[in-house]
Parts: sequence; structure tokens; C-alpha cells
Amino acid sequence: MLASIYRILALTRKELLAVLKDRRGRMSLLIPPVVQALIFGYAATYDLNHVPYAVFDQSHSGASQQLLAHIDGSGVFQRVATLSQAQDIAREVDSRKALLALVIDSDFERRMFSGQGAQLQVIADGRNSNTAGTAMGYLGAVVKRFNTQWRRDHGLGPPSLTITARAWYNPNLETRWYMIPGMIGTLTLLQTLMLTAMSVAREREQGTFDQLLVTPFRPYELMAGKALPSMLVGIIQATGVLLVAQLWFRIPFAGSYLTLYIGLLVFLMAAVGMGLLVSAASATMQQAMLYSMLLIMPFALLSGLTTPVSNMPGWLQYLTAINPLRYAIDITRRVYLEGAGLALLGGDLLPLAIVAAATLSISSWVFAHRMQ
Amino acid sequence: MSPSVRPYWRIKLQRVRALIIKESRQIVRDPSSIAIGVILPLILILLFGYGLSLDVRNVPIAVVMDQPSTQGQELLAALQLSPYFNPRQVATMPAAENLMAHGEVDGIVHLAQEFDRRMSAGDAQLQLIVQGGDANRARIIEAYVQGAVGVWAAHRAAQGRGGSVGPVLVQSRLWFNDANESHYFLVPGLIVLVMTLIGGLLTAMVVAREWERGTYEALLVTPVRSEEILLGKTLPYFVLALIGFSLCALSAQFLFHVPLRGSFWILLFDSMLYVLVALGIGLLISSWVKSQLVASQLTMLVTFMPAYILSGFLFDLRSMPLAVRFVTYLLPARYYVALLQSVFLAGDVWSVIVPNTLVLALMAGLLALASRAVMRKRLE
Repeated sequence: MLASIYRILALTRKELLAVLKDRRGRMSLLIPPVVQALIFGYAATYDLNHVPYAVFDQSHSGASQQLLAHIDGSGVFQRVATLSQAQDIAREVDSRKALLALVIDSDFERRMFSGQGAQLQVIADGRNSNTAGTAMGYLGAVVKRFNTQWRRDHGLGPPSLTITARAWYNPNLETRWYMIPGMIGTLTLLQTLMLTAMSVAREREQGTFDQLLVTPFRPYELMAGKALPSMLVGIIQATGVLLVAQLWFRIPFAGSYLTLYIGLLVFLMAAVGMGLLVSAASATMQQAMLYSMLLIMPFALLSGLTTPVSNMPGWLQYLTAINPLRYAIDITRRVYLEGAGLALLGGDLLPLAIVAAATLSISSWVFAHRMQ
Repeated sequence: MSPSVRPYWRIKLQRVRALIIKESRQIVRDPSSIAIGVILPLILILLFGYGLSLDVRNVPIAVVMDQPSTQGQELLAALQLSPYFNPRQVATMPAAENLMAHGEVDGIVHLAQEFDRRMSAGDAQLQLIVQGGDANRARIIEAYVQGAVGVWAAHRAAQGRGGSVGPVLVQSRLWFNDANESHYFLVPGLIVLVMTLIGGLLTAMVVAREWERGTYEALLVTPVRSEEILLGKTLPYFVLALIGFSLCALSAQFLFHVPLRGSFWILLFDSMLYVLVALGIGLLISSWVKSQLVASQLTMLVTFMPAYILSGFLFDLRSMPLAVRFVTYLLPARYYVALLQSVFLAGDVWSVIVPNTLVLALMAGLLALASRAVMRKRLE
């Protein structure tokens, strides 16, 4: 038993040396997750803080000026063009200079005073319909505030129906809070899975795998020796991203570190298990790289990081049941933001543990099979 | 033209041809390259085309009325007619809150006591609570409920059944995507993502593999020049990547019914340019790092995630901080996303096509020069 542990540790040390001994290899494992977390943390948000718009005001009235002043004063909307003819709208929107174009009819002010309600036409660039929808939502809120103020100023009293909206769990509706915790798992998965797959494939391609086979290592020891270093790298990468989330983006951590790391550990076992499975299936490094990419891309995109899992068709949701990242993102978000404890995470931890056990035991069987 | 030049060019062409034949044979014999170039794009575009969606439809919503209300029933019926909601009436607020905590509803519409009376009096209140974890979805749901309720109230006012609206009413139209289908913009973005990865992967291993197997030294003792190696390595993979692109474009058209409003030839030309850029990135990395392990890691780092997050495929570039926006300018995917979204959905908008195509052409040229320089340095 002790000898076995000693052998595993020796192999772990050798693996770590092989990966970390040269500066480029070291840098390519430790720096990218932190840099990516910093850049993507700023970039990966559906919130808008800069909406360029063009306006075609046919009424030139005090009321329309007042409304536009409200929109300009919101801080989010920047007027890039004041148009004098309808044909110019297409030019501004087509060229992507303006995300929104506002059209105000000539009877705008008259209709406002007559109580019929005045139309504000909004044209949005639907080339990214999600961004367009968000911008229109912001505009709707500005117009609502304007309406309230107008009614008060003109003694109209409140509208017959007022809607007060409130969001639970994320009162300011900030996407960053939702995205960055999800990145802990995502950025870690990319490199650990591939690192594991490639390290075995390299030994095979260079012929050193045969040398390992004549040593007193047992199959499971070989496998553990390959799995541990990758998991260690993964834990370090995850910690790096976690530190960026807390120290740089200052997203308050609601849960317990122990729970988070237990979740991450199970997740890394599943990720490394996938990597070992890939390496068992591939003869060359090129194949190992191809197969890992074939797993990583769907794992990363169909994980719920950027688009909800519940929007997928049923058959695809079943397919994502083997995606370790899907569970890891749910775990990190819930521990990080909601402070969920182990008891609440069973729905994620259990399938994750099953994926880990399945991949590790299948690849261990393949390893043993190859050796005889 | 002097006679001494012609034989030189002929020899050169011959050498390039020989290299291309050698590389093509290698592709045919090792099925993994064909898998990357042809099968991978097809699988990915199918998986992501169906899997990625930001549409908000059939949102489960609880409607709570503290008192039986005819106006409330009318509103409930209006919500039921909308394709966006799947409303159900829940008896009490605590019950609705419980449903929300268990994730069974994504929003609660709450009508307080005396809703009917206050509606006639003209000061009714409607409380809306949305599940805010996924802020993007929450914002859309909020806007849809406001819209549906607003339309209902305006309708009542127009019928002269009391109440007043506005005074300003927003009437919105979505150009290029009337039906507000998120896959109209996601599928062109996915083509970018897939082509970035395919191009980078195809060439990333090529040179690194020759170094590791020692066949590069063998190549060095032949009279082959670095630009000839470059050409011989690029062309076969270029053809392979274009096949992959065609499959993606065909599925966008016929499977996901994304309209192609611009010209096909512009789409093809820009895609060829972009494939060259993507292949160039892979080639540059692999001739620089020499090891397949590091080359594969680097390729994934500089292609996949940046094209996913920083290209404008999902997230609006204009709202990123200046430093991050600067990074996106270095990213070829950014220009290709702008091109594809415009050519597919808006048509031939020259003010978008010309600048973005020029940048891609410039990048392709620079990458070719850089790979040649790195390769030449290695030769010495």
C-alpha cells in the first residue's frame, strides 16, 4: 500500500516536472486562466452602458425636446445623429453607427396634450436581437420615468395602472455576477482535460509509454499518476479565477470555501476522467487534441454559461447530462451567490460523481487491458 | 522575361506541387484531419444551432389575485394569449413565492385587494416579481410583462372603459429580424466560432509534428525554401476548411432557415479570407513553439474562448471597457462576425463590408509574413 502511494507520488512528480520544467509550458498553464478571467469578466456581460442612437424628430416641439433630454441624460444613450429626412435612418442603422433610431411624428406634442397618447417609434438593429431587446428595455424604462414626471408636472395624476417590478436574487440585474462565478469551472476545464489527454498520448507517440509498462507500476497507479498532476493544475487554475472574482471584481462570496472546493474536486475528477478516456481512444497527439476539442467545445457552449440549458430541445438536454461543466457551473454559481450548502447541491454532485466514477473506471479498465 | 527566370519558377512550382501532394497524402491517410475539416464543423453547427438560444418563450408565470377580480381574469386571459407566457393562477402569495424558490415559475404577477375598484378609480397597482439570477432573461421577461400589460391597458382606454395611458407610448420594430429569433444572429456567429477553431486546429499541429518527429530536419536538407513550405502546408488545409465552411453555410440556410440577404460571392470571398487568417494563426503558433502539446494549448487559448466571448457574437462590443475593446480590435473573429451578421441578415452593406474585409486581408498578409519570418529563423 505504502509502496503503491510512493510510486504514484513519484509518477506525479515526474509528470509535474515534464509539464512545468520549461518556462513556456509553465506560463501556458498558470497565466492564461487569470488573464482570461480578467478580460472575459469585463467582456462577458449582456448589460449595456453605451447605446448609440439616431433621432428623426418631425415635431420640433417642446415636448419632444423634453423627452430627448431625458433620454440623453440617462447616461446609457448617446445620440450619434440628428436626422432631417427619413431616408437617413437606414444609413445610420445599416452601418451600425446607431443601434436604435427614434422617429417622432409631427403631431407628437398635440397628441400628448389631447390625452390620446403620442407614439414614439423605435427602430432597432436586429443583427444581434438580444442586444436590441435589452436596449429597447432600457428605453422603455426611460420613457416610463418621463411619463411619470410629465403626468405630475401637468397635474394628470398617476396612470390607471402602475407596474412595480422587482428582481429576486440579483436586485440590480447585473449579468457579471452571474457570469464570473460560472467561469471558474469553464476556464479550468479547457486546459485540464486537454493536458491529461495529451500527456498520455505524448508518451505513446514518443514510445515512453512502453517503458512505463515494464516498470513495477500497476495500471491504476499509472492512471492515478496521470490524473493527480492535472487535478493539481486544475485546482491552482480555479483558485486563480476565484481570486480574480473576489479581489478584482469584488463579487461577494456567500458560501463556504470547503463546499466550493469539494464541488471543484469532484468536477476535476470528472474532467480528468474525460481526458483519460480521450487518451485511451487516441493513438497520436493529433487525435488526442482533436477528440478533446470535440468534447471541450460542446461542453463549454452547452453548459448554461451564456445561454440557458432550459432553452435547449429535450433530446439535447438529456445529452448534456454527461457534461461535467454544466454541473460545475451550477455548483459554483449557487455556492458563490446563494451560499448553498452540500445538502442542497446533491442534484449536481451526484451526477458529477457518477460521471467521474464512470470515466475513471472505464479508462482504468482500458489501461489495464492495454498492458496485458 | 529573361530565359534564366523561367526555369527557376518552374522548379519552384514543382517543389510546391510536390509538397502539396505530400501533405494531401498525409491528410488522406490520417483521417483525423478530414474529421477536423469536414465532420467536426457539421457536428458542431448542428449541436450548437439547436442548443444555443436566447429566446424567451412560454415563461411559466404565477398570477396571484388577492380578491376575485373580473379585470384580473381579463388580464390573465390576455397573458394566456401571448406566446411568451405560460401563466397559471395561484391562490396565495406565499404559495407563489414557494413555486418561485423551487424554480417552477420565473415570475409572479400580483394584483392586490380591490384591483377592480382601483382600476376604475384609475390608481391600480400591479406588482411584478421576476427571478433575477439570470439577469438577461429576467430583463426580457420584465419587458414582455410590461408590454403585455401596457397593451391591455391601452386597449381598455381606447374602448373608453376608463383609465388613461402614456402620454408617450413606445412602438418598436426590429429591423433585419422581425420575428425576434435569436438563432438568426447566433448561427452566423457560430459559423465564425467553428471556422476559427477548425482553421487553427488544422495547421497548429502540422509544423510542430514535423519537429517532434524529426522530419523537419530532413526537410531542411532539401532545397525547399520557407515560403514554399508555407504554401505547401496551407493550400491542402485551405481546401479542407472551405469544405467545412460550405457545410456550415448550407446548414444555416436549409436547416436553420437563416436568410441570406447579401450576396453569396461576398460571403464566400470573406470566408476564404478568414480561413486564411485562421490557418495562419495555427501555422504561426506551431512554427514558433515546436511542441505539439504547447501548440495545441496555445491554439485553443487564442482561438476558441476569445472568439466565443470577445467577437461580438453574443456580447455587445460597444459596452466593453476601453482596454477590453482594444483587445477585441486585435481579434480577427470580431471582423468576421460583423461581416457575417450583416451579409446574412442585412444585405450588402458596403459601409460594413469594405472596412472589415480590408482588415481581414491585412491580417492574412501579416500572418503570412510573420510565419515566413519565424520559419526562416528556425531554418538557420
